[in-house]
Amino acid sequence: MVHWSAEEKQLIATVWGKVSVEECGAEALARLLIVYPWTQRFFDNFGNLSSPTAIIGNPKVRAHGKKVLTSFGEAIKNLDNIKPTFSKLSELHCEKLHVDPENFRLLGDILIIVLAAHFGRDFTPACQATWQKLVGVVAHALAYKYH
Amino acid sequence: MTLTQAEKAAVVTIWAKVATQADAIGAESLERLFCSYPATKTYFPHFDLSQGSAQLRGHGSKVMNAIGEAVKHIGDIRGALAKLSELHAYILRVDPVNFKLLSHCILCSVAAHYPTDFTPEVHAAWDKFLSSVSSVLTEKYR
Repeated sequence: MVHWSAEEKQLIATVWGKVSVEECGAEALARLLIVYPWTQRFFDNFGNLSSPTAIIGNPKVRAHGKKVLTSFGEAIKNLDNIKPTFSKLSELHCEKLHVDPENFRLLGDILIIVLAAHFGRDFTPACQATWQKLVGVVAHALAYKYH
Repeated sequence: MTLTQAEKAAVVTIWAKVATQADAIGAESLERLFCSYPATKTYFPHFDLSQGSAQLRGHGSKVMNAIGEAVKHIGDIRGALAKLSELHAYILRVDPVNFKLLSHCILCSVAAHYPTDFTPEVHAAWDKFLSSVSSVLTEKYR
């Protein structure tokens, strides 16, 4: 089980309380597909991903980004129980979706950058460190049931 | 991995802004690096790494100046950073994994300081550019 200090929990809650899951989720997924175009391999049925403008405006990208970040929110609600929380999702990503876990790390880092852009100076080094730990734990949990 | 004309332009445009605060952004990037990835501190046992330390600012400055050189010679990063490449290969020998970590922290700092300029296209161009710089700095390792 991962240990979270009181300060870490505070930093997570404060940031998350100000996040629009729909906006941040959409932006994070769009940036993943733009900055690392090979990640588009998982989204053949998303329609037009031919340019940054197309990706940003794509309604399927927005919807899926929101879905992903909503799911991420479950980790924050269950900080002391992250592995079990994502057990089924981990199996899904392995057995049905066939997603290389490296992609969880890529998306986690992109989310951090989106948060940095949104919060500016308030996203201090200490705040970033806590969120790096969180995205790392989530990525690990999502990869945990892989076989 | 080569940068397109559009990507080079995006890098150069943002650099003009970053350069005005290069020292601060350099120091902040290192601070983010040492905070999020404590293992990176092992390369600086001789430094005072506390926030605002002169050595942190000095080193952040050095790093950003080198990036500035790469931007200035964006058509020939290998040539511009040849000496630095040798330094990292034979003297410093920083494990290659750390270049990704520092690049990520630089992107965080730039995003935090210039959110409106840091569009997805600019983000992609900078990620690619820093990746190129990292490749050049590690290409003589073996």
